[in-house]
Formats: sequence, structure tokens, C-alpha cells
Amino acid sequence: MTARPDLSRRVLRGTAAAGVLALALTACGGGETESGEAAQDADAALAEGGEITVWAWDPTLASVAADFEAENPGVTVTLENVGTGNDQYTALQNAIAAGDGVPDVAQVEFYALPQFALSEAMTDLTAYGADQLDGTFTPGPWGAVQQEGGVYALPTDSGPMALFYNQRVFDEHGIDVPTTWEEYVEAARTLHEADPDAYLTNDVGDAGFTTSLIWQAGGRPYQVDGTEVTVDFSDAGTQQFTSTWQTMLDEDLVAPVGSWSDEWYQGLSDGSIASLVIGAWMRGNLESSVPGAAGDWAVAPMPQWESGAEVTAENGGSSLAIPAASENADLAWAFLEYATVGDGIATRVAEGAFPATVAELEDPTFREEEFDYFGGQAVNEVLADSASQVAEGWQYLPFQVYANSIFNDTVGQAYVTDTTLTDGLATWQDQTIAYGEDQGFTVDP
Amino acid sequence: MFVGPFMLVFALVFLAPIAYSLYLSVFRTQMVGGTTFVGLDNYARAMQDPQFWEGLWRVSLFLVVQVPIMLGIALLVALAIDSGRLYGKSFFRISIFMPYAVPAVVASLMWGFMYGTRFGLVGNLNDALGISLPDPLSPDLVLASIANIVTWEFVGYNMLIFYAALRVVPHTLYEAAEIDGASQWQVVRAIKLPAIRGALVIATIFSIIGSFQLFNEPSILQSLAPNAITTSFTPNLYAYSLSFSGQQYNYSATVAIIMGLITMVIAYVVQLRGMRKEA
Repeated sequence: MTARPDLSRRVLRGTAAAGVLALALTACGGGETESGEAAQDADAALAEGGEITVWAWDPTLASVAADFEAENPGVTVTLENVGTGNDQYTALQNAIAAGDGVPDVAQVEFYALPQFALSEAMTDLTAYGADQLDGTFTPGPWGAVQQEGGVYALPTDSGPMALFYNQRVFDEHGIDVPTTWEEYVEAARTLHEADPDAYLTNDVGDAGFTTSLIWQAGGRPYQVDGTEVTVDFSDAGTQQFTSTWQTMLDEDLVAPVGSWSDEWYQGLSDGSIASLVIGAWMRGNLESSVPGAAGDWAVAPMPQWESGAEVTAENGGSSLAIPAASENADLAWAFLEYATVGDGIATRVAEGAFPATVAELEDPTFREEEFDYFGGQAVNEVLADSASQVAEGWQYLPFQVYANSIFNDTVGQAYVTDTTLTDGLATWQDQTIAYGEDQGFTVDP
Repeated sequence: MFVGPFMLVFALVFLAPIAYSLYLSVFRTQMVGGTTFVGLDNYARAMQDPQFWEGLWRVSLFLVVQVPIMLGIALLVALAIDSGRLYGKSFFRISIFMPYAVPAVVASLMWGFMYGTRFGLVGNLNDALGISLPDPLSPDLVLASIANIVTWEFVGYNMLIFYAALRVVPHTLYEAAEIDGASQWQVVRAIKLPAIRGALVIATIFSIIGSFQLFNEPSILQSLAPNAITTSFTPNLYAYSLSFSGQQYNYSATVAIIMGLITMVIAYVVQLRGMRKEA
């Protein structure tokens, strides 16, 4: 990876900010002085060396860990993949409950972070000056790692949404790239009528996709204030989503194929699933997992709810956090900083990760890179623009992992029975509220 | 002194987990508020939990329909092999027993693939014959599809139990029956079935336990049919989801204990009935 001038500049700026921060906070007195000291402790820990364990499934972290070890002799980073997503949270939750075998750094998706932050299972990184990183990350990911004035993780990648579509299939059937959801539904009809085996997209009920579309439509079903929680799927944004998507379901315009299944990859490869509205990380996933369709795919901005608008949402995205039970938190922070705001970014971007940092997203080299897979399109430009258009004010529940786990029990029924999406969402809301109350939250519908 | 080591292992391996589950089941741990003693609240909640009872109803239905079919097929095969009129009986014995050697996870994945209506066997049949078979993984059919997998897996196992029991029936009985002019059918009804009653009862009890503990097959197929197989599809799956997705260890333990009790009671009733007739 070539060194990029703007990157080193940004790192310098960051260092300066940290220095100022240390001074400022020392002056504040009281508990606040720990901030500066903690950052210095990290430097000391780095010099001293030691061993940390990282639980992550992100493949690009392997090179980051190797580089980090090479730069800091005496430091050993053990990278363990204990499962993707929910599997890892289960393992992590169990380790934290047992108080034993807890890693020093853990990859946590944005939607799952509040759960760990609320129970103080993760270290508040403001002690290390993480709060001074405001502006380093795009608003979506940066908002996602903050809880109650604390910063509980740093974003590694983000998932601003865009329309990935199969240009070959679109051309074949004379379909224009839809710019609104209305046009999207129309395109779905045209394609499915022209070729009954082909669908514009697939969906069997996916909590992340549904909440992201509601997010884009302006719905804010979750409001969280400490342990006071509101769950309300009746606002205008939610209704806008359900009416459109109900049409897609009623007219059988979505392929009944679950994402990440073998059938899904086959569909993406042979063109029978002709588009996906999905997070920017799909770029790397298409390249590596759907090699058969190289040259077919292209990327366009996310379809809009209102013609001419430029509003997007996040879909997925991960962060790295330091469990409170970590025995080597200072060294863990040093690694975290390296991987998320230091040289680790460049390594990860080179391996296909979609960054969450403003500097990378605005970097001309990054934006103008042409991808052979996408027929030479400068895909990152579209994706980076989406990152800056993410609607603000979205919150996930402090028990989102559980809520998502019962999505198919409730909303999923709309995909296989006569239940409507609206009814399914109402049931989801009821069961989510019941769980929240059972867990001691104050929940309002 | 002699039973000391046995009792120690017994206490550690059998009693400790049950005691711990009982202990867990009388507490409640909340994300906000921590752990409190709640007495029998969790049991009261389970009594009124529609998700638990729906799951129990589903496995009961499974038990009533699938177990007789599976044991019936196993018995027929065992009798056919034992009759000695079948050519290449060791080939049949081995090939029918073979699925039992396939791990349940692999079997479920394999069948799940065959059930696929787009790229699976069902899809291929639809394409080849120009027909439209119903989706085996739709909510209405998924239980039957799981029953099919379980039957495939366990017919051989039960067949072997029956066959082993049939082998020890003294041949003099058959010869005596033949002299009396009994037909094959009469031999089966009057000699073979009564002789293997014990094996039938044992196989039935194993199958009851297996049905109530139904977990592997729905758990694997869940990724293919997430809407048809809910997180509370069977009581065991429900206990698993409660514990691992919801961190409701206490309630999960309660569900597990109640299921254990129900299984014990039903298995005991079947055993009593089976043994009484034998006497």
C-alpha cells in the first residue's frame, strides 16, 4: 500500500488533538485527569509489550494485526474468529457473564453495541480521548458508537446503502435504473413479467434491511433514553415503507431466497436476482463471492422515497470495542487506535473493506479508483456520497440483538402467510416491548 | 466403599446439572435491575406462555404421527429381513441402517438442499416434469418435511432393535407352528410380535424422548426457512433461543425442566402400559 500524504497529515492532526486534549483535561481536575493518563498509559503499555486477544470475523484484521506486531516488537495480537454476528455476541455475552476468557478487543456490529454499552460490559473510551475523534468518522457510524455521552467502540467499517444492480439484466430487458422506490417497484414488475424466473431483488424477511429502509423513510421506531425506551412502528416513515414493500410482497416481486444462502449467491451470479439495496460492504463481497458475474454489476444511488431527495441509511457496519473485563485495556486501546484511526485503515481498505473515516471517503485516490469487476466504474464515489447522506437521529434498542432474533417469528410471517407487514410489525413491537419490560426497561409503545 | 466412585460420578454428572437448573429457575436476571429471587414465577409464566404450549403441541403432533409411521416401517423391514425370504438381506440391513450413521446435522443439510424449490431436487423435479410441487419448507408442510428426515434417519436404528429381538426367538416355535399349519401371517401375530414386545416398548420410549427433544433438524433448517420455523418451533429450540439470543437463562432453565418432567411422565406411562400387558 502506498503511503498517502493526506493520511499522514490526518494522523498528525489527530496526535496534536490528543496532546491538546491531555492538557485540557489535566486542567479540569477530578476524575477527568484520567483521560490524559489513560492515553499515556497506552503508550507505556505499547513500549512495554504484552499480549492481547481480539475476537473478530473481519478478515482484513489479520494483516492489521500482523503489521501492528511488526511495528511494536514485544506485542502479540491473537486474532480469534469465534463466529460471525450473533454467534460471537453469544460467546461474548457468556464470557462476560462468566467473567472468564473475555477478549481484550471485540468486533461488534453497530446494532448490537447498545446492548453491551448499557450493561457497562464495554470500556468507555472517552478515558483514552476517543470523544475527541468527533469529525473523524462519518455521522452514521460515529453516532452509532456513542451512548449516553460515552464512546464505547470505534467504527471499523460502515454500510451506507446504495443500489447494486446487474447492468446486463437491466439492459437486456430495457430497464432504467430506478431513482425512487416507486420506480423500483415498477422495475420489479417489468423484470418479473419479462422473465418469470428473474426477480429484481430477494427478501425473506431481514430485520437489518427492514429497519434500514424505515430509517431512510424517516421512521424512528426506537427512541432510547437510558433505560426508558420507546418502540413504535406506527409513524409515517414506517407506513411509507410498509405500503411500498407490501406491494412487492403481494405481487410476488421478491425472490423467496434468504441472503447469504447458496441460492442467493447463485441468483446474484446468474442474474435471477438482479439488484440489491444494501450496505457499501457488498462491493467487496460481490468481488470475492460472485466472481462469475464480473463485469455485470454496477452501483447507483439508493432509490429515494421522494423524487430528487438525497437521503440514505446505514445497513450493517462494525466497530471494535474493549470489554470492561479486559486485563490489558491500555494495550487494547493502542491496537484499536491503530486499526480504526491509524495506519490500519489503509491496510483494510486495500483488502476491500469500506471505511468509516471521512478522510478516506474524501480521498480522491479512493473515490476515483476504477473497479474492473464493476466494468470500470468508480464505485466508491457513489458509496462515499451515500455515507455523507445518511439520515440522522436513528437509534437501536439496547436489546436489538434479541429483537432481531424474533423478527422472522413476527414480521417474517408476512412473507409466508396472509399476515400483512403492518400486522407483523405490530406483533414484533408487542413482543419487543414485552421483552424490554421483562428485562427491567421502561417501555412505551 | 464400592459404590463410592459411582455415586461421585453420578452426583457430578447427573445430579449437579439438574440441581443447577432448578437453582437457575427460581431466579430472574434483568439487564436493568440484576438478579432477584422470584420463587415459582418462571413456572407460572411458562404455564401461560403460548409460545411454549404451541411448541409442545407441535412436538406432540409430531409424536402421534411420525413415531407410529417410523416404527411401523422399521417393524416391517425387520420382519421382512428376519423372514429369510429376502435376497441379499445383509445388503438391505446395512443400507437401511446407513442413514443412522449420518450425523443429524449433515442429514438435515442434505435434505434441506433437496427440499429447495429453486435449485434443489424439488426445483429440478418441477423443471423436468413441468409440475409445481408444493414447497416442503412452507409453514404448512415444514413439520411433515422434518418428520420425513427423522424417519429416514431412525428407521434403520429401530429396525436393528427389532431385528435383534427377532433373532433370539427360538426357531422351535416356528417349526411347531408350521406343523400346526399356521400361515406366515399367523406366525407374525401369534409368535413374533408378542416375543419382541419389550423391544417395541423400548423403541417407543426412545422415540417419545426423541420427539420431545426435537432440535437438530429444525435448528438446521431454520436458516433455509426462517419464517416457517420460528424460534419457538419446538420447546427445545425455544429454550435454546431464550438462553442464547435473549440471555433469559432462568426462564430457559424453567422451560427445560418442565419439558423434562413432561417427557418423564409420558415415557413412564408408556412403560407402565407396555409392561402391564406383557405380564
